[in-house]
Amino acid sequence: MSDERLDAEDLNRLRELGQRFMRAVPHNNALGLELRSVGEGRAEIFLPYDLRLVGNPETGVLHGGAISALIDACCGAAVFQALRKPMAIATLDLRIDYLKPAAPGVGVTARAHCYKVTRHVAFVRGVAFLDHEDDPIATSAGTFMLGTRTTSRTEGAT
Amino acid sequence: MSTSDSWLRQVLAEARAAGDPSRLAAAVPYAQTMGISLLLAPGGPHAGELLGVMRFGEHLIGNPVLPALHGGALCALLESTAIFQLLWESELSATPRTIGLTVEYLRSGRPVDTFARGMPTRQGRRVTNVRVEAWQDDRSRPIAVASAHFLVHSDEGPAKLEI
Repeated sequence: MSDERLDAEDLNRLRELGQRFMRAVPHNNALGLELRSVGEGRAEIFLPYDLRLVGNPETGVLHGGAISALIDACCGAAVFQALRKPMAIATLDLRIDYLKPAAPGVGVTARAHCYKVTRHVAFVRGVAFLDHEDDPIATSAGTFMLGTRTTSRTEGAT
Repeated sequence: MSTSDSWLRQVLAEARAAGDPSRLAAAVPYAQTMGISLLLAPGGPHAGELLGVMRFGEHLIGNPVLPALHGGALCALLESTAIFQLLWESELSATPRTIGLTVEYLRSGRPVDTFARGMPTRQGRRVTNVRVEAWQDDRSRPIAVASAHFLVHSDEGPAKLEI
């Protein structure tokens, strides 16, 4: 998911930032999230299938909560890729529509695009799918606060 | 409930017989992994009320600098609590399937236990709307709220979204 307006050095910098972001977040690590690619304002993250994340032990399908967390993380990563300089962000709101269930034994890929950044707020769309983006299992729209203070407890969650 | 829900029907019956809703949460691997469980409020004005609880663990952290809980973890607590509550308090013929939810993050989630409680706002024949709140020390200061729609109809249809 490269962007032609960025040179190779820019892209490497973005990738490194993104990977650091994944490793630095314990919950992303706990879910086993893998950052697959980044571009300007874009991110793709993979959630590997894991029996610990199953919602229905009889069908073996992943729990909706794990997919919500994947989408939240992917939207956050896309916002980071849209910022000119790294800063703290926090989810303000996130709407997720579940279109169909995941499949047993199969991981889920999320892609998100941060399509607008203002001084205080970033706007993001996301999608989660098994094989093809045009056959999604979930879609999302969210907003993030930018430049949240790092010592306050008055802002939203990350 | 559909054939793929038979395990849940059994777990629900056992949990009700024992008067212990935590058995319901314990049967869901993802809830176990997250540290999400259920309890009956011990006392006060809400005694006996079913509550969702997410016990704090380092694996829930989304912002290690503050530190603060991950938005996705709070989303999972809100959604799970709503589904568990519908199962526990209603006589549904099918497992609720999430159609969509909107989560609003009001305050940063501190690294402590988080509780949640849903209020069904409209229970239709096919769709139920639930508003869920999550809080930590002070129930009157929610840290996140969600509004969610669940499909609760009993017809055997195509593939089901699992809880």
